[in-house]
Amino acid sequence: MTFINYASREINCKIVYYGPGLGGKTTNLQYIYDTSAAQQKGKLISLATETERTLFFDFLPLELGTVRGFKARFHLYTVPGQVFYDASRKLILKGVDGVVFVADSQRERMDANLESLWNLEENLKSHGYDFTKIPYALQLNKRDLPDVLSVEELTRELVRKDEPIIEAVAPKGVGVFETLKAVAKQVLTDLRKSAGAG
Amino acid sequence: MPEATMIMYEEEYQQIKTILSKLRTDANAKMVFLIDKTGQQIASHGDIGNLDTTSLASLTAGNVAATDGLARLIGEKEFPVLSHEGERDNIHISVVGGRVILVVIFDERSSLGLVRLRVKRASSELNEAFERIVNKAEQEKAGLGKRNTPFTEISDDDIDRLFSDDGL
Repeated sequence: MTFINYASREINCKIVYYGPGLGGKTTNLQYIYDTSAAQQKGKLISLATETERTLFFDFLPLELGTVRGFKARFHLYTVPGQVFYDASRKLILKGVDGVVFVADSQRERMDANLESLWNLEENLKSHGYDFTKIPYALQLNKRDLPDVLSVEELTRELVRKDEPIIEAVAPKGVGVFETLKAVAKQVLTDLRKSAGAG
Repeated sequence: MPEATMIMYEEEYQQIKTILSKLRTDANAKMVFLIDKTGQQIASHGDIGNLDTTSLASLTAGNVAATDGLARLIGEKEFPVLSHEGERDNIHISVVGGRVILVVIFDERSSLGLVRLRVKRASSELNEAFERIVNKAEQEKAGLGKRNTPFTEISDDDIDRLFSDDGL
């Protein structure tokens, strides 16, 4: 749910990074946090276990600049990827404006990608969202690892609509900002459309 | 989409700020925040200092969402009030009208009983304010009293500039 505040002249949007466990969702946020200017970002909050597995969510507020005199602020969230945290994943999707699916390119993780993608579709549906209409980007992460599937093989299984597809190596930052930009653009385009229709 | 965009205009924002300011004084509290259920901060009042209010908003919404999940597991609709007691400061969290979260931070100069009492009255005023916001949004949607919004004029260049400005 985009929140537009005319008093403080701010647009606030919520973007959720979804995907299988150990796929690199937190690493995406960590890279954005590490490389953004201090005045652009807030604190990176990680609710994680002692072994650094996401327990509830990671959260990073990011200010990208101004659009038509309004500060554009994006609240980036990750979900816990492990299968048994489904109740938490569902909660975090509430009020989402855009979703990034971080897929793990390794051959052995293909089933986990498919299960997580199916889970995303189900959880969006449970909140009343139409997956075909929500701003969405597909990131193919871990492209630098051995035994990864080709982009063609991955997209054949994982593409659901005409979403942007970005190849990434999250710890090195490859594709990280491109992914964020791809989804943020769609969120702002949606805002324009809904303003026009309102 | 399940939830429409929430639009806060200056007039309603000032009304809400007034309610929060009064609550803070009446409850003898340090700070008062209003947050939407998705974790966006709507307004605040009090001695914020260096407090990271964005994180506070996000964590509070997560806390309320998790507690709501727990409530449903045991067959309750929700737990509308949460209270956390610390050594010096305490937090009182309540859900207003099922849509926004009111957070009061207080210390030994106040008490849980006083905060609960004052929150009850402020909640009903806030609920009325949000009814007005929702009605206004519905009227505008229906084309009545439509205001000029700058967002219809967002161009592709505006969006591209947003990213190029920061070297993204």
